[in-house]
Amino acid sequence: MNAIPRLVLNELRLFLREPLAVLFAIAFAPVLITILGIAYPGRIEGFGGLRIVDLYLPIAIGMVLSLMALNSMPSVLAGYREHGVLRRLATTPVPPVALLAAQLAMSLLVAIVTTALLLAVGRLGFGVALPRNLAGFALALVLGAAALLGIGLVIAALAPSVRAAQGIGTVLFFPLLFFAGMWSPRPTMPDVVRHISDFTPLGAAVQALQDGSAGAWPQPLHVAVMAGYVLVFGLIAARAFRWQ
Amino acid sequence: MPSTVIEVRNLSKRYGDRVAVQDVSFSVERGEIFGIVGPNGAGKTTTVECVEGLRAPDGGSISVLGLDPRSDGPALRRRVGAQLQESALPERMRVWEALDLYASFYREPADWRQLVRDLGLSDRRDARFGRLSGGEKQRLSIALALVGNPEIAVLDELTTGLDPHARRDTWHLIGQVRERGVTVVLVTHFMDEAERLCDRVAVIDRGRVVAIDSPAGLVSRVRSEQRVRFRPLAPMDDALLTALPQVTAVSRSGAQVVVTGTGDLLQAVASVLARNQIVAAELRVEQASLDDAFVAMTGREEERS
Repeated sequence: MNAIPRLVLNELRLFLREPLAVLFAIAFAPVLITILGIAYPGRIEGFGGLRIVDLYLPIAIGMVLSLMALNSMPSVLAGYREHGVLRRLATTPVPPVALLAAQLAMSLLVAIVTTALLLAVGRLGFGVALPRNLAGFALALVLGAAALLGIGLVIAALAPSVRAAQGIGTVLFFPLLFFAGMWSPRPTMPDVVRHISDFTPLGAAVQALQDGSAGAWPQPLHVAVMAGYVLVFGLIAARAFRWQ
Repeated sequence: MPSTVIEVRNLSKRYGDRVAVQDVSFSVERGEIFGIVGPNGAGKTTTVECVEGLRAPDGGSISVLGLDPRSDGPALRRRVGAQLQESALPERMRVWEALDLYASFYREPADWRQLVRDLGLSDRRDARFGRLSGGEKQRLSIALALVGNPEIAVLDELTTGLDPHARRDTWHLIGQVRERGVTVVLVTHFMDEAERLCDRVAVIDRGRVVAIDSPAGLVSRVRSEQRVRFRPLAPMDDALLTALPQVTAVSRSGAQVVVTGTGDLLQAVASVLARNQIVAAELRVEQASLDDAFVAMTGREEERS
């Protein structure tokens, strides 16, 4: 049975038919990086010779992960429940959990492709070096995505409607992005804020991506934080998810 | 010998304090169209959801094609197609994509291109689900229920919300489904639908089976009486009619004469009128319908939604 690949393909096709979602999830971050790269070409004092575009590349990746995991996926799944798509699937030999898996895989796929796009824009447009520790970078990306998707699944599990899912996703999006360094990158954060950031999923992910880019391995603390989110939120989602 | 494909015995199911289904038993034979009728909230949907394995019964036993819906779920779902009360596909999915996807769920799927033709969806193949009319959604829903080449199709509230034309088209489709050799379980709260389509009907009311019989059988249990109504174009003495052995009563409502009786009532009335050269306008025969039978059995009017 080739149902799972078919489901992933279908989810991707449906996702690409939502122009606004595509614009936000795929186009927004590369455009942001392009603007930052053009607007602030110089190196910043005291950041080891980093430029704004170097600092913001992992943050932009974090933003893409959040858009897919907190905004797009939960409302799609809540809609599938609200409209009985999951129930309909329950009458076929393919269980509804397969659709959940397909939606997760599709979100991860889009996040990875957009990350590659961001790296390409950084490299070709502004000479940002590709991740020097590719394995470390990939680990950070996948763990970070998994942590956020775990949170997204809990939103999908608890939200009674599509509107509620969208609302919760948006409410979480901004604080998470704040701790990721969207408005003040981690090196510029006051110590207290940075310590809090270490324990947020996106803060840990952005730092781990930064470490991978610089050629290091993600720090154990950040790996543990991300793995912790995956585990805790994965379990909550598995227990709380309602299929109808 | 007809073989039994669905056997439900003493099924019961409650939601909290509310009893949804109590002591429901029936069996469905291969190749028939079996109706489950009853007012809204009578427990029809709960019953078929237990049959499909979507809900766990609190008591009783269910066997579908020799399988237990709860423990043999995947094996069962390969052989039973279902159409649920609320249609359910993502708005942006196209008709052919849905059929192609659902076909991939089964080992030996039907040719969905043929289904598209059979169900009259050929010119809507590329339409998005959200753009389909109510009737088209229902037809797609039937196609999805059949795409796995099922032995049994369970169709729940198939024509609710359809206009009369679309309802008739859908009825025609159900007949075609049976001709494919598929056993059909049809859930409905429309008595005319059950009367028209079903070989046998189980009437469920307040969670219990009130009767199981053919539609004609159910009707004959209730009333053998008929009513003939007409407007005589010349003055007429009621005694002409009351003298007939078939007539039990004659009454007038305005200009109309209403004759109730049994047996060959129409024949008898018509020949009396002809003999006396009385022309009858607006002549009508009213027979008990499944609607009447239902009201009599459940002791209340059918709720119409």
